[in-house]
Amino acid sequence: MTTTTIAGQAVDRNDEGFFEHPEQWTEDVAVEIAKEEGIDELTPEHWQVIHFMRKEYVEKGTGPTVRVLGKTSGVSVKELYQLFPKGPAKVAAKIAGIPKPRGCI
Amino acid sequence: MPIEKVCIIVSKGSLEGIYPGLIMANGARAEGIEANLFFTFFGLDAIHKKRMEHIKVATVGNPGMHMATLVGALPGMSGIATHMMNKKMDDFDIPPIPEFLEMISDTGCGIYACLASVDLFGLAKEDFVDYLDGIITVGEMYDLADGGEIIFT
Repeated sequence: MTTTTIAGQAVDRNDEGFFEHPEQWTEDVAVEIAKEEGIDELTPEHWQVIHFMRKEYVEKGTGPTVRVLGKTSGVSVKELYQLFPKGPAKVAAKIAGIPKPRGCI
Repeated sequence: MPIEKVCIIVSKGSLEGIYPGLIMANGARAEGIEANLFFTFFGLDAIHKKRMEHIKVATVGNPGMHMATLVGALPGMSGIATHMMNKKMDDFDIPPIPEFLEMISDTGCGIYACLASVDLFGLAKEDFVDYLDGIITVGEMYDLADGGEIIFT
């Protein structure tokens, strides 16, 4: 685990870069982490997915997989990969400050 | 070194022969790994517009079924086993093959058919799903797989 200060906020993240404490997340932090992931600007569609990820995590205790995102977030699988080319569920979870989703499908 | 690219070959046409390749391809894309699926021999059924709807579990010659071979050979047994398996997978929210493959294509995974098998079975482009990326030779498959891992299933 490493603690870094991002956008004025102390953030604990694991070796893969996922949050240990989702409550340390802020929107300003998300903007900076998106840049680390090669996404220079978060569009309204990005935010829609990010907020959906957090909502799912709070309700279910785990982030959704790509398939669940495609079915329920209002953004199609194709668009999800345009928004997050390096893996929508994984990268969006990182930016949304929640643990890595563990589903296989 | 993390894996950055995979080419998954699906050579079998049974339900248990097809799903592992699809799950690995989908999982690769979820991790941001570049992926291509190459369907050969009976694996072609997985991308055959009509046959993909009727993929069955092998009840004969499949010790994993824990069923006597003669029982497995009874008429309708494969259909019953397939029905039970599909029900179970539905409970775990594993999508049926047609839906799953289309989603995998949407994730940006390449979907290819083996030219030699297509010719052997007397099939044509029209027999396959619309999102098929191409019917290619084994040489072209190696070109596609260049720099990545090849997984044979």
